[in-house]
Amino acid sequence: MPSLTYKAGAEGLERELTVEIHEQDAPPWGADAKLRLVGGEHTRPDGPAKATGAARYTYDVARPRLAYAASLLCPYGHARLKDIDEAAARAVPGVLDVRVNRGEYRHAGQAVAVVCAENEGALGDGLRALKATYEVLPLAVTVEDALKPGAAEVEPGKGNRALEDRRSRQGDPAAFTKAFDSSEIQVEAEFRTPIQTHSAFEPHGSLSDPGSGGEALVFASTQGTSTFQSLGRQLGLDGPVRVIADHVGGGFGAKFGPLSGDQAAAELARKLQRPVKYMCTRREEHLVGGMRPDSIQRLKLGGTKDGQITAFGGVTDGTAGNGPSGAACANTIVYRLGAQDMEQATVRTFTARGAAFRAPGHPQGSFALEGMLDLYAAKAGLDPLEVRRKNDRHPLRALQWQIGADKIGWATLRKTKAGAGKGPVKRGVGCAAARWGNPGGGKWNVEVAVARDGSVTVRNAAQDIGTGTKSVLQIVVAEELGCDLARVNATIADTRFPPGPASGGSTTAPSLAPAAREAGLRAREQLEGLLAVEWSTAPSKIHLEKGLFHGPGGKKASFEEACGLIGEQGLSAVGQRRENWKSADGLGETAGCQFAQVAVDVETGVVRVERVVAVHDCGRVINALSARNQVNGGVIQGISYALFEERRLDRAQGDMVNPTLDTYRIAGMADCPAIDVVLTSVVSGFNNVGLMGLGEPATVPTAAAVAGAVFHATGAQVRELPMTPARVLAALARRPS
Amino acid sequence: MDLPNRSGVTRRGLLKGAGLAAASSALLRAGDALAKEAADGKARVQGPGPEKLTLQVNGQARELLAEPRETLLETLRIPLDLTGAKPVCDRGACGACTVWLDGEPVYACTLLTLECEGRQITTVEGLGTPASMHPVQDAFVKDDGMQCGFCTPGMVMSCAWAVKTHGKGLTEEQARAATAGNLCRCGTYPHVLKAALRAAKGA
Repeated sequence: MPSLTYKAGAEGLERELTVEIHEQDAPPWGADAKLRLVGGEHTRPDGPAKATGAARYTYDVARPRLAYAASLLCPYGHARLKDIDEAAARAVPGVLDVRVNRGEYRHAGQAVAVVCAENEGALGDGLRALKATYEVLPLAVTVEDALKPGAAEVEPGKGNRALEDRRSRQGDPAAFTKAFDSSEIQVEAEFRTPIQTHSAFEPHGSLSDPGSGGEALVFASTQGTSTFQSLGRQLGLDGPVRVIADHVGGGFGAKFGPLSGDQAAAELARKLQRPVKYMCTRREEHLVGGMRPDSIQRLKLGGTKDGQITAFGGVTDGTAGNGPSGAACANTIVYRLGAQDMEQATVRTFTARGAAFRAPGHPQGSFALEGMLDLYAAKAGLDPLEVRRKNDRHPLRALQWQIGADKIGWATLRKTKAGAGKGPVKRGVGCAAARWGNPGGGKWNVEVAVARDGSVTVRNAAQDIGTGTKSVLQIVVAEELGCDLARVNATIADTRFPPGPASGGSTTAPSLAPAAREAGLRAREQLEGLLAVEWSTAPSKIHLEKGLFHGPGGKKASFEEACGLIGEQGLSAVGQRRENWKSADGLGETAGCQFAQVAVDVETGVVRVERVVAVHDCGRVINALSARNQVNGGVIQGISYALFEERRLDRAQGDMVNPTLDTYRIAGMADCPAIDVVLTSVVSGFNNVGLMGLGEPATVPTAAAVAGAVFHATGAQVRELPMTPARVLAALARRPS
Repeated sequence: MDLPNRSGVTRRGLLKGAGLAAASSALLRAGDALAKEAADGKARVQGPGPEKLTLQVNGQARELLAEPRETLLETLRIPLDLTGAKPVCDRGACGACTVWLDGEPVYACTLLTLECEGRQITTVEGLGTPASMHPVQDAFVKDDGMQCGFCTPGMVMSCAWAVKTHGKGLTEEQARAATAGNLCRCGTYPHVLKAALRAAKGA
């Protein structure tokens, strides 16, 4: 394997890296590489289709003889079917089939029956005709109810509380107790976070087409086209089915693999031998489409008078639905915390299973951890930012804290005492940190095809859920080929194409871009080979510079001229995702921090976020325009989590009482503050591009920063999300005067 | 155009139980023309089966059959195959189905198709096409006013209305007000605002 040395890292923090790379791999773009397109601001290739309504999402796909399916959802957390009028539903004109799932239902939203009909009107008639009645069984749908003595058990005999494996107990209890008991400053507090639903605007769903003699295929609203190939079984195929997801209306971590409705649609499609579409209703989406587990975090922090944390520990409980794990809180990361003892548990409840949600465990952990730091700083009389800097361990974040503090005007704004100023509106600022780190991986291939007319097609099976995957592939390939961006068509999200990753962990771009680069390089070498024949020289004598191929004797050719040498059949090349290289210390983890400024009306309890400064690292930035958009989105979802979102369940019945988008409130335009995004570009050193993911870290610290700002503004710390007016007023009432 | 195959579909459910009196009183609210007919004692009872009607969509007359209970959103998306307007909340909360009715933004999910006969309906497809975009659509692309794109058609319709209404003088406050009824889960609001203001400058 060739070994080479190049410059990686961030501006001001560069370092020489020596890596061994696969002989077929493209050599790395170093921190000093002069790149024509990468890092610039580019519009996304599917922008015009999305802006004009031409983009077809799964929900929009029409097929001849399309039938529609939907479920009757159980309205109880735990129940048995007493009676159902299947015959009445079957008798409804236009109803094609009815399938009743008899037995016990263990969460609200579980499918009691699936109806399939000629059109949506008949479908609704069929569902209403079922008139199901239930015997309600004992249930517990909140953490507190599930932990009460004698509570109904989700898995009888097992108890509802399960310690998180691996993370069940971190640290050293004896060392923690000793450190905490002897610490100069001690802080103890309880923080609570709500269940947040993903609420992607396109719901989960799919269209299964048995092909009727032609090719069977599935259109799916998914974060992983490959995760829907298993529907081939329901469709009666011998192997996986072809899956297409041209456009996906959001995912945020919840759209991996088929739900029961998708499976039912595929079975119905096979039985009826016609295409069947199943899209979740909004209520279904809120109930079974996935959620971020809630948390109750009882924490202790000890530290010195001058801001050194010496002990951190506690107990966390949360529910991830009826599953035994998934509610851990990432509340021990980012900072050096001294001696630790943390117990994390997941509590089973009679609710549907949670799903990964944009940085699983992190926003809830961040809210509590940063809240503890704020309390500690307040008790010790220290600047909360200084406490963070003192205990931080990421070399880049030291720089980011400074950038953010300068931009928001931290030093000046923090001089204002809590509750200062005339009138009911008080202002404050807070800050919090994010950590992420996943350089991508997997054995993926990207294909690049170049036609004689100069058009370039990039192919991979992975999907673009709105993050800009198409744009990343387009930019990287155009950079490598030396052509205009507009020549490159990123044709993805079809399992006919070379395999690609599911989109989770902010890994799609770092998993695919290195393979796209290698494919681009291979295609370029073929072009250079053609030019070498044309110019009667060796391919090694040809190089690409500023979009032009240069040969001996001043010979030059544009990309288009070079393409003119390609045969009728065009040329194509495949690039592979190689193993990640070793990265330098401190580059394997992305750093971020956010500062928030809020205005709190202490008479009404209403919190408004006025300004956010978000400083993030995503390795090398590929498209600065879409990267900024991602950070904005993370911040806004974080504000929504901080102030509005909460899935509320009826504790007696187990159903959701706010299963709509007017009662489950998400942030709107009026809630959106001025947001400054600063991207600190870092060449990660992991692969030939050096990028890392950004989607998740951008939403991690927002709620914590907003809460810190509310604390600063009012002197009252709100320890439960969302910070509704009622909770703010309650915290103000508890505030020591 | 081909009429959708709705044979065998009859009006049931809601109105069957409610009876004809309730059906016609519901239709009284269905528009000025009908209200006037009713006042004159000449109310035309529609339904319960599909009704033949003509909609003016994006400047074209579209003949179709629609059940009285069918929403404009359903009619646009299924028989007319205009899928730009999106179903998201199904209750007038999110704005993803925003279209124009006689030039004013409305939620297509809260209008009955029969109410829209004789009105000018404009959808996002009627503003422009990928090859020939409306200035607001062009600005959405330039400022990346989208991520997943599912709310984007509704956002575009609200912003295009704001630009049409306020012209060059469109303020940030007006653009925010115009899109106050459009939710976006990805959080594209800052870029949407930029796009609206960019398009207004060229208006």
